[in-house]
Amino acid sequence: MTAAKLASIFFSMILVNNYVLVKFLGICSFLGVSKKMDSASGMGLAVTAVMALATAVTWPLQQLLELWHLESFQTIVFILVIAILVQLLELVLRKYVPPLYSALGIYLPLITTNCAVLGVTILNIDEGYNFLESMICSVGAGLGFLLAMVLFSIVRRSVERARPPKSFQDLPITLISAAIVALCFTGFGGLVENIFGA
Amino acid sequence: MKKADIVLNGILKENPALRLVLGTCPTLAVTTLAMNGLGMGLSATFVLIFSGIAISALRNVIPSKVRLPAYITIIATFVTILMLLVRAYLPALNSSLGVYLPLIVVNCIILGRAEMFASKNKVFDSALDGLGMGLGFTLTLVLMGTIREILGNGSIFGLNLHLPIPPMIVFITPPGGFFVFGILMAAAAYLDLRKNRKKEAVNTEPASAEISSKEDVTA
Repeated sequence: MTAAKLASIFFSMILVNNYVLVKFLGICSFLGVSKKMDSASGMGLAVTAVMALATAVTWPLQQLLELWHLESFQTIVFILVIAILVQLLELVLRKYVPPLYSALGIYLPLITTNCAVLGVTILNIDEGYNFLESMICSVGAGLGFLLAMVLFSIVRRSVERARPPKSFQDLPITLISAAIVALCFTGFGGLVENIFGA
Repeated sequence: MKKADIVLNGILKENPALRLVLGTCPTLAVTTLAMNGLGMGLSATFVLIFSGIAISALRNVIPSKVRLPAYITIIATFVTILMLLVRAYLPALNSSLGVYLPLIVVNCIILGRAEMFASKNKVFDSALDGLGMGLGFTLTLVLMGTIREILGNGSIFGLNLHLPIPPMIVFITPPGGFFVFGILMAAAAYLDLRKNRKKEAVNTEPASAEISSKEDVTA
């Protein structure tokens, strides 16, 4: 069960249940920072790091909440943990890894309100994953986000060159091209289940 | 600003989903059925009104340096209250909205209105702004949900329409969500362009304006 199940979770988070294109989480940053390849990959990496960190903290916290019968406070606790983590990560990066900070710095404050991060921590609990599965799931979700961002930034570069009708300029045409990219990802449906038999 | 204008502002001029492009995630995710759109919209309205009231009442107490964490905590509190209410009285809505219900916390509309409106205005005005924004959001969600349900499921609010064409499943899948939202935004932009062009047409030649608006229709 273990290795196959972990692999199945990991790849289905990247391809089948892609957070951006299938589950519609993190659309704001997906549309906002996918104009250029380097900013898209920077944002994707930052989100992956925060997702993994947030899961590592929220999963044990959820066990405490369940122990004390405080499950109703899940939302408040999780969002505060994410907000604090993002602040800490920003401070640590600025102090110790300045080049990485200058690359990712501007995206970090945006991540607090990125619903993909809060989404992955809550969904891990809802799915009943154990700690290892949760970590695999969040890294997979982050990498899926990164993949969608990078792919879409390439698509967008061509869209920018096109001249759509005036009312379709900017966001409408971007959304319609996102629809086509999402359509490609529906092709992955059932793929992971068939390979890993999970 | 008149009280009615504050409410109307959110519904038309600054429609959060179509004009300010905030809260896109729930707009796309839960609108596979019109009923889900309505449920999500009203849930967000509830949080918008009450967090608007609370933040506006506390606007002189919250230090500006820690205002964002304070706003998030207030919003998360109301989302928790909402979740408990929905779980107790509307279990069907709870299961159809799933994770998107707690995710109202990070809905940018709510934090955005807290920062842009509630932190600067009186309590009653903030409540009205929350109501207007919420209703504007709800209308967009119901519109999206209705279009997607008719095209993708052949029904409206769960009522089978017995359409002569088979339902196009793609409209209730994720790509359909992006597509319908894109078209709706283009429609909003088109209406806006036409209004501006009419204003310009009064000043310049009316003939050229008519031709270009026809071009947009065919495209």
